[in-house]
Amino acid sequence: MLSFGLTVLLDGVSYGMILFLISVGLTVTMGLMRVVNLAHGAFAMIGGYVAGYLTQRGCDFYLAALAAAAATAALGAATERTIYRPLYRKGKLAQVLLSIGLVFVVTGAVSEVFGAFPYPVVFPAYLTRPVDIGFRQYPAYRLFLIASGAVIALLLWLLLDSSLYGARLRAAVDNPRMARAVGINVSLLFTSTFTVGCGLAGLGGALGAGILSLEPAYALKYVVLFLVVVIVGGEGSFEGSFVAAMALGIIDTLGKYFVAEAAPYLLYTAVFALLLWRPKGLIPPRSLA
Amino acid sequence: MRRARVIAAIGHALPWVIAVVYFFAAPSDLDFGIQVMIWILFAMSLDLALGYAGILTLGQAAFFGLGAYTTGLFAIHLSPDPLLGHLAAIGVTALAGALTGAMILHTTGVTLLMLTLAIVSVLSQYANQATDLTGGDNGLQGIRLEPIFGVFEFNIFGKTAYFYALVVLFGWFVLVWRIVHSPFGRSLDGIRQNPHRMRAIGTPVWWRLLAIYTISAAMAGSAGALSAHATRFVGLSVLDLLTSGTVTVALILGGTRRLYGGFIGATIYLVVQDYSAKISPFFWEFVVGGLLIATVLLLEGGLLDLGPAVLRLCDRWQAGQRK
Repeated sequence: MLSFGLTVLLDGVSYGMILFLISVGLTVTMGLMRVVNLAHGAFAMIGGYVAGYLTQRGCDFYLAALAAAAATAALGAATERTIYRPLYRKGKLAQVLLSIGLVFVVTGAVSEVFGAFPYPVVFPAYLTRPVDIGFRQYPAYRLFLIASGAVIALLLWLLLDSSLYGARLRAAVDNPRMARAVGINVSLLFTSTFTVGCGLAGLGGALGAGILSLEPAYALKYVVLFLVVVIVGGEGSFEGSFVAAMALGIIDTLGKYFVAEAAPYLLYTAVFALLLWRPKGLIPPRSLA
Repeated sequence: MRRARVIAAIGHALPWVIAVVYFFAAPSDLDFGIQVMIWILFAMSLDLALGYAGILTLGQAAFFGLGAYTTGLFAIHLSPDPLLGHLAAIGVTALAGALTGAMILHTTGVTLLMLTLAIVSVLSQYANQATDLTGGDNGLQGIRLEPIFGVFEFNIFGKTAYFYALVVLFGWFVLVWRIVHSPFGRSLDGIRQNPHRMRAIGTPVWWRLLAIYTISAAMAGSAGALSAHATRFVGLSVLDLLTSGTVTVALILGGTRRLYGGFIGATIYLVVQDYSAKISPFFWEFVVGGLLIATVLLLEGGLLDLGPAVLRLCDRWQAGQRK
């Protein structure tokens, strides 16, 4: 029983780590600039395809993942400067439409270039084997996800909580106008955050390709999950999205073990119930509370 | 003044005249005309919720799909009477709209958007799993229909289906027209612009939103029913998020809150889809996305805004000349 509970926990946490890694960029940008970016999943997908393309040609997996992060970060910076910038003063509807348009463009382009079939990322052999973790054999890949997710989350937490950059960012999320008034360059801050967020999404897309499998429909299919993480956690709340990602991962895994057929309904029912109870999410940032 | 009214009257009659002319001009392409009308109706339903009431939704495919599946299942298991099936679809989708609306309309913005997306995901996963009921990936086949009123038979040339779709579209159009120009419609306008102020002057905001969301759902369901009748097939794609996306494109392309936005948008969208799909099966997605981006960035009011925008440019240019 205990070992079963641990297995569910490991499965859930590894899944949650990937959700967190991809969504964290979205939560900060949505909290900071109130920009609805439905194309966030498209960035994760591009990252995954970059890693897939490179690893299939013999490139080292870790190098490929870094390249995926760098490529999506660069792409994120470029689109932020050219396409998203004119939208900040327009309403949410315009942002939703534009980012959905981007999703279509990326989906169409990816299907054209790589075909509509699932596209594998080649993981190193030792990650694809199960390892002994005391009470059972467990896939090394999932342990690797938990470890890398934890490291990145810790780094992010240190960056946001203890650096000057983090202090500025938190200030800007809480009150952008006041932040501007005390001399923080919110616009630059936003570009950099958007860039980092997209890079993380690309990294998450590459690392998580073993769970969220790559296909052109990825961008549209999983964006709902990423939005769920952001909103359930509370828009703009770093801790919130971590808790939400873990909770969603574990609920989904539990559902898959006990009521395989009903797993998606369980997840969304939980989300509906939670939002009836707390419409602003689990841990809303103070300015929103 | 009188001249302006004549022009306006001609403008209002134009789409319907075109629809009738098309029937005689392109008897071999009636299927395309039916698809256009279905998508116009679908886009109009979205316009009520998204355009007029400002409900940020990407979940309209849920009702389109539910309407299509209801009609299909009704025809297979209960009765092959098309009108009864259509009414059943409208009833079921109205109920679904009211129930889901009651669950989600207390939220706004991205949260609302996410919940509408979640509803589509849940329904499409259900349709995918419940293969006994929906046929899963193979779709719902074997829909047989009786003649409408026992007289007008559905045949392969689609003449009956064409006029059936036209009459349904016209009926809904008149209803939308009445809603938009009623005090209820005006209050929706106010709610979109400032819900807090509307609440302050005593408008029951939540109830109004629920009402329009329900009507919009029933309309989308009706479009779904037309689609099931026209093709006598219901596939999983009716519940796809992509379907929600494309109807949004059709509406935005034409312009929201114009009554006729869907007419222009859906027509252009389907023509573009038809042509670009011939180039490559994936190319149309690319084109549709590009169109959407261009419309949002350059043409805020959609294509219906193109005329006035050009006129404004001319005015400005003339004003510049006079200086």
